Amino acid sequence: MITRRTFVKAGGCALVAYAGAPRFLFRTAHAAEASGKVLVAVFQRGAVDGLSMVTPHGDPGYAGVRPTIGLQPPGRGESERAVDLDGFFALHPALAPLVPLWSNRALAVVHACGSPDTTRSHFDAQDYMETGTPGEKATADGWLARAVGTRPAKSTPFRAVAIGPALPRALRGGIGAISMQSLERFDVRAGADSTARAGFESLYEQGVRDLLHGTGRETFDAVKMLRSAGAARIAPANGAEYPRVPLGEALRQITQLVKADVGLEVAFADMQGWDTHVGQGAERGQLALRFRDFGAALAAFAQDLGDKMSDVVVLTMSEFGRTVAENGNRGTDHGHATAMLVLGGGVRGGRVYGQWPGLAHHQLFEGRDLAVTTDFRALFAEVATRHLGVPAAPLFPGFRPTQPPLNILA
Amino acid sequence: MISQVVAGAALALGLLNGCSASTSPAAPAVALAPAPRVTGDRQIVHVLNRLTYGPRPGDLERVRTMGVSAWIDRQLRPQTIDDSATERALAELTTLRMPIAEALREFPRPDPKLQAQVASGEMSRQEMLERYPLEKRPARIATELQAAKAVRAVTSERQLEEIMVDLWFNHFNVFAGKGDVRWYVSAYEREAIRPYAMGRFPDLVRATAHHPAMLFYLDNWLSARPDFIVPAGPNRGRRAGLNENYARELMELHTLGVDGGYTQRDVTEVARAFTGWTIDRPQTDGRFVFRPGMHDTGEKIVLGRRIPAGGGRDDGERVIEILTHHPATARFIATKLARRFVADTPPPALVTKVADTYTSTDGDIPAMLRTIFESPEFYSADAYGAKIKKPFEFVASAVRALGGTTDAQGGMALARASAEIGEPLYQAQPPTGYADRGEVWVNAGALLARMNFALGLASGRYPHVSVEIPALVAGAEPSAPAAVLNRLLTAIVADQAGPETRAVLAAQLGEPQITRMSPDDRGPANTDVAKLAALVIGSPEFQRR
Repeated sequence: MITRRTFVKAGGCALVAYAGAPRFLFRTAHAAEASGKVLVAVFQRGAVDGLSMVTPHGDPGYAGVRPTIGLQPPGRGESERAVDLDGFFALHPALAPLVPLWSNRALAVVHACGSPDTTRSHFDAQDYMETGTPGEKATADGWLARAVGTRPAKSTPFRAVAIGPALPRALRGGIGAISMQSLERFDVRAGADSTARAGFESLYEQGVRDLLHGTGRETFDAVKMLRSAGAARIAPANGAEYPRVPLGEALRQITQLVKADVGLEVAFADMQGWDTHVGQGAERGQLALRFRDFGAALAAFAQDLGDKMSDVVVLTMSEFGRTVAENGNRGTDHGHATAMLVLGGGVRGGRVYGQWPGLAHHQLFEGRDLAVTTDFRALFAEVATRHLGVPAAPLFPGFRPTQPPLNILA
Repeated sequence: MISQVVAGAALALGLLNGCSASTSPAAPAVALAPAPRVTGDRQIVHVLNRLTYGPRPGDLERVRTMGVSAWIDRQLRPQTIDDSATERALAELTTLRMPIAEALREFPRPDPKLQAQVASGEMSRQEMLERYPLEKRPARIATELQAAKAVRAVTSERQLEEIMVDLWFNHFNVFAGKGDVRWYVSAYEREAIRPYAMGRFPDLVRATAHHPAMLFYLDNWLSARPDFIVPAGPNRGRRAGLNENYARELMELHTLGVDGGYTQRDVTEVARAFTGWTIDRPQTDGRFVFRPGMHDTGEKIVLGRRIPAGGGRDDGERVIEILTHHPATARFIATKLARRFVADTPPPALVTKVADTYTSTDGDIPAMLRTIFESPEFYSADAYGAKIKKPFEFVASAVRALGGTTDAQGGMALARASAEIGEPLYQAQPPTGYADRGEVWVNAGALLARMNFALGLASGRYPHVSVEIPALVAGAEPSAPAAVLNRLLTAIVADQAGPETRAVLAAQLGEPQITRMSPDDRGPANTDVAKLAALVIGSPEFQRR
């Protein structure tokens, strides 16, 4: 069990002598660890319609079930049409910024991916995907936290970071993950007066070992390191332009942490608004607007990082997919399997992975939803083991892969 | 030498503790022997921390004089408490009392032509702002509601009722940013939540089920029998059909709970029962209406109970009856209440007691609360300070602790502070509302935001929010920092600061920037009470209730 204390993260008992000393060595301590791999998880909360994100236009069952929200098959030279990927699948036209990444094989798709648990509750399904234990509610920690916990200790508070107002379930559990809404505002703001910061720091330094104190101590470690690294001042590179939406802001700040070499290993960001029960739209409309921001943010991230992207893998996920047929309100209800994206260094991209279950009525899960053919744990485990070099077993307790690996990462 | 050895051992011990420490939030374990009971002034502080947005200066004495049980009794009957001062403070927030139809008239949608002109570059943003100023936009409705919530939390005498309005709003959450909910959200709290917050639970379910805000937010207004053809309006001639969104959340989040034993089949049946529950002219009137033409008239089977064909509008009422009389609902609601008032992981025995009260009183909310407030679990030492304040609870309690007051403008500033710390009011997008568990709210960024709010508040940087720090330390000699600190700790954390916090704050008194020197440097002239107060507000103790 790894504790929340930074000094233990730094390598356990050997460093205990420094426990009471000021933590002044971050800059030198982390410099040696700078070349590490980073995994970025992006959660599409609300259950994204995988059939619109990556459309199976080659499936004869597709057009008939979605009379008003189905995408037209890709058409050559038609910029408003879905972009063909491999003759069978096509990318939603609003995701066009991702096409260059597909073409240079940095982007892969896993389709019909999802959970073995059949819940259609957003909240349970998100929990299961973040704890990595479908059907098991008692799991206290998240799969990404366990991934970090199995790696060698490092003396940085920035091993695991979520950009957002709360620490997501996936990062909870004893690794001292940090969450913040903004790098710029991540400090005690008391002007030139340093006593306030010092006072708060001492208040959380002392006292009982609980969630508040532990978080407080890590917070001040992180504040100091972030300030000395000047992360918040790093501008986007390579002409990258982020969409002005929370996901764009989050990914931009994750690149700042990557570039500042603060020892980041796992980052997390999420995007809301995928629960399209009504008026989902097709090439244009509500869902298309979401895709536009989502695709633009991911593309800007890759562009901004440039060569550094070879150390980074982005994995997108959503708690489940949506009904194959459109509902009575030109939307879709809660379904089962969806599509996930893997983007970055070492990805064997330009391919759609997974076995396609088909859209004929008898092929659907419970007669209504896309069936799951790839357990999300198989995908997550493969990405984590191959990219971060961690063992799979502690990440997904009880999971026994029943299929050969996807080999989505080299 | 000896002291060094001891220190080393302590460090090693600390490390061992660290290696085995659980990182779950402080939740009292189920004790075999009953934990000691909280008594005396400590008990009063506990009650004030749980039933109000935090004690104000003088509250402890007031409750002591009245007696704890008499004070709780009074809070359980809010209609007997005069709250006219709060009402006066809210008078300028005109949208609070506005019927939906009037709000729709007062805050018209932006003219699509204007938007097109801005998009094409024909009109500048500045011109657009002049033609369609912010105060005429529907966002003002939510802004005023946020301000009102902050004002009420700080100043209302009906504190328990305010706590319950917050709890039920989150239980029956709607997102103020979704479509027409912008116009409906204030009416929703006023008409569907507040009147029943201290009433009967089934009435809350009924009121929310009928309200246009909920009908819109969870899409039921569009749900129709599968072969329904829209007869008029922009979608004329289009086929509509079933939408499961409300049906599922009604069972999962409002009544039975996700483990309440329903199936996908039940979700579909409940959705069929509610077809036709819709909104009459949503953009001009926004009223509940039952449209028989949209309704699926067939028989429904919900949780094994048969609802015969031809029930019409009553199908939905029948479903609400089945759900609100289900034992899973009693347990689910009991758990929610016990979590709010006792601990993140509430003692199972208490949940059972409260669920029994639900069943025997048909969901009477004050009766369930009474069961909690009279239980040994509520007064157990394990429960004392076991809850971590939500961001909004923290903000309101800080203002109250400093003897503060706010007007409507200040309420808006306080609402923004709550958003900075992670809880933008009425902006929870998912139907779960905001969580009531500490682990959700404790994280690095949010903790810094709490400290920054404490600094800003204590130093008077929130215009329209006034705090009375000098009054807190009245009588203490300004040049005697230790006395000032004692007063502050008594006033803000009811003297319950841990020894470590006390020691740290005492050490701070040696800082020249805290204890200002007199001009000739011959001794301390006065103490920077505001900064000390900020440190106390930002301390670990004050994050708990």
